Amino acid sequence: MPDWEGARLHVVSGKGGTGKTTVAAALAMALAAEGRRTLLIEVEERQGIAELFGIAALPYEERRIASVAPGALGALGARESRGARGAKREGEVFALAIDIEQALLEYLEMFYKLGRAGKALRKVGFIDFATTIAPGLRDVLLTGKACEAVRRKGPDGRRLYDAVVMDAPPTGRVSRFLNINTEVAGLARFGPIFTQSQAVMRVIRSPETVVHLVTLLEEMPVQETVDGVADLRTAGLPVGGVIVNMVRPPVLDEAAVLAAEGDHTEELALALADAGVGARPGRGSSRKSVPAATRKLVEPLLAQGREHAARVLLEREQRADVQALDLPTYELPLLAGGVDLGGLYRLAAALKEQGAA
Amino acid sequence: MSTSPKKAEAAAAAAGKAGAGAAGKAEPSGKAEPSGKAEAAGKAEAPGKAAAAGKGGQAHRRDPLAARQLDVDALIDDPATAIVVCCGSGGVGKTTTAAALGLRAAERGRKVVVLTIDPARRLAQSMGLTELDNTPRVVKGVNGPGELQAMMLDMKRTFDEVVLAHADPERARQIMENPFYQSLSSGFAGTQEYMAMEKLGQLQAEGSWDLIVVDTPPSRSALDFLDAPNRLGSFLDGRLIRILMAPAKVGGRSAMKFLNVGMNMFTGVLGKVLGANVLQDVSTFVTAMDSMFGGFRERADRTYQLLQAPGTAFLVVAAPERDALREAAYFVDRLETDRMPLAGLVLNRVHSTGAPQLTAERALAAAETLESPDQDDAAGAGSKDENGHQNGGPAGSQAGSECRSETELLAAGLLRLHAERVQRITRERRMRDRFVSIYPDVPVVEVPALAGDVHDLEGLREIGERLNQH
Repeated sequence: MPDWEGARLHVVSGKGGTGKTTVAAALAMALAAEGRRTLLIEVEERQGIAELFGIAALPYEERRIASVAPGALGALGARESRGARGAKREGEVFALAIDIEQALLEYLEMFYKLGRAGKALRKVGFIDFATTIAPGLRDVLLTGKACEAVRRKGPDGRRLYDAVVMDAPPTGRVSRFLNINTEVAGLARFGPIFTQSQAVMRVIRSPETVVHLVTLLEEMPVQETVDGVADLRTAGLPVGGVIVNMVRPPVLDEAAVLAAEGDHTEELALALADAGVGARPGRGSSRKSVPAATRKLVEPLLAQGREHAARVLLEREQRADVQALDLPTYELPLLAGGVDLGGLYRLAAALKEQGAA
Repeated sequence: MSTSPKKAEAAAAAAGKAGAGAAGKAEPSGKAEPSGKAEAAGKAEAPGKAAAAGKGGQAHRRDPLAARQLDVDALIDDPATAIVVCCGSGGVGKTTTAAALGLRAAERGRKVVVLTIDPARRLAQSMGLTELDNTPRVVKGVNGPGELQAMMLDMKRTFDEVVLAHADPERARQIMENPFYQSLSSGFAGTQEYMAMEKLGQLQAEGSWDLIVVDTPPSRSALDFLDAPNRLGSFLDGRLIRILMAPAKVGGRSAMKFLNVGMNMFTGVLGKVLGANVLQDVSTFVTAMDSMFGGFRERADRTYQLLQAPGTAFLVVAAPERDALREAAYFVDRLETDRMPLAGLVLNRVHSTGAPQLTAERALAAAETLESPDQDDAAGAGSKDENGHQNGGPAGSQAGSECRSETELLAAGLLRLHAERVQRITRERRMRDRFVSIYPDVPVVEVPALAGDVHDLEGLREIGERLNQH
């Protein structure tokens, strides 16, 4: 059973540069497996989803951006014997890039039936003004939209989306972003914003919501994750899992590299020469002599090995810090050459295989 | 033997298309065996063979598309340089770059203050920034004739300082107790940006330093800090807020009367949305702040002008990755639009190799040879694989009749690492070249990647060195 059975709102945060948009997208795809429908929401108005999927900028409306064929993730991932009969339907991923102005107008329309006056408001900069005057208003609108999508029902009376994944603001701001109650409390003690924020908080604090944090095995992102978890807990927000992104497999450990230093460099040079490195192929080199070209490679290669070993060591420390959090942890591989659609499927499969979806 | 003419042509074309241009431009396409002699200039370059292989090598040399070199020392040594602003997207090493620049400038004799926004804890500690007190503190351990001070921005306190500077104590107290002010000073999305620029203005006005290095907040978008001061300034000084403050005062002239109809709608909607008490808070706040409005506007304008002044230099910081460079490009465009002086691009964490002559393909092929159990075939496999065995395969097929020695497996591992490194360099190079071909006039400095994080002065010094290794 997936780790987050029952969760319908997955909030994905992380330090800048850790790839939270990518992870959120992969999670939305993983959750869409087996004929489910998910919604991926972007709140920072920078069209990261469109960029990632290589499509034109998303308008403020829910659009289907990817499908997950039956068994597609299973076949790549867990290789469970799900077979063709298990899932008949195709999973669907929808995306929504929230435009704050339109969200506010939509909201006003819903409550006050503004009609054309709404457009006028926009023109004179009212929206900017309103979101400026009440900093929390912005967050209420964004989280409110997500919660609305979570609760929305389809014609069959069932929830329209099996899960909603939100590409949220970075770790440093996510607690404040989600904890709109306190944000708004200082400003609005009654009125529709207050009511709305109460409703939103009910969803966010319910077992239907989890907040996942994305990190890299580097010092600052891990530190920020540790701090972020503490912040979320203090704010009484539901902490989900930690997703370690861009993990590189260790090729050599420190012991191996150390072993090669000193006396063994000659042997190493010999082994390289043996494999034809540095020698002009075809010009049969004698067994015991190392061409100068090969010899020149030894030190640079060892230097790279040392760097690698140092990094492996550092990553081990960082991984220990992540594990000390005692949260479900998932690891996603670094995809050389960046993430394309194919890569997203691979990441989704990895998440699924590890039980995140 | 090594590369067919066709392949060289294809590689050259591919390089050209990728915006790299280097191999494609320098060699007439179709030249079968590039001489490999043109490498004399500059750093150790890939021999011709590697260049022709395209994918594998560091196939670049000085060419018309090469970026102009950014001379960081010349910039920080120039007494005319009074302010250096480091900007860029999150996670690219802005703060570290700012700190390293500050340290280097100080050790080269200048009197420097570094304003950091949100430094990593250990980096802050290394500079003696243990408490957030919003005041520059002398950094100990600086070698050389200059002096380095550093501070972390406390946005709330900076905002308080602005209020205190403009209001008598009683009024200041009123303002600071207002819930709207409290929310604005610690929560408003642009406050950090605004206060960073405000602090910059303060430091500059104080005149105690001859170089100020500023880090910029990790904004949603790198452009926020340019816009925030103006936005907040015009918001606080705006007509809307003034009318909100005292609707009764407005009805004097007829034109204003007309405006007032619209305003009533605004206040009506606002009141409904936010609750009437919010308007009340805002109104009290604005009344209390009345005397300061002109001041806010003026300060925002002054800061903006300061950023355009000749003594200011912007450094756009990026990593050689798609997203970071895209943000950097936005920033370069924006600086130009706003006529802000761009000094250049700092490209952080650029990878290099001491063995550029060994291509990824050859390294992988040799690694496979070393890992395969059959030793006698080794020499043959090396040349065979040159025809493009790209398949790395999973590491460590140690199982076999003949056990490979530790050294051989180590050699294989080192070769795989090398292949990874070379491929990475190729990608980074492509990203960089794309930027350079679009912005040929922007000077660039590449900063070689460090193995670990920086959290002491020694590390900062090292970054400073690397900023000037060209």
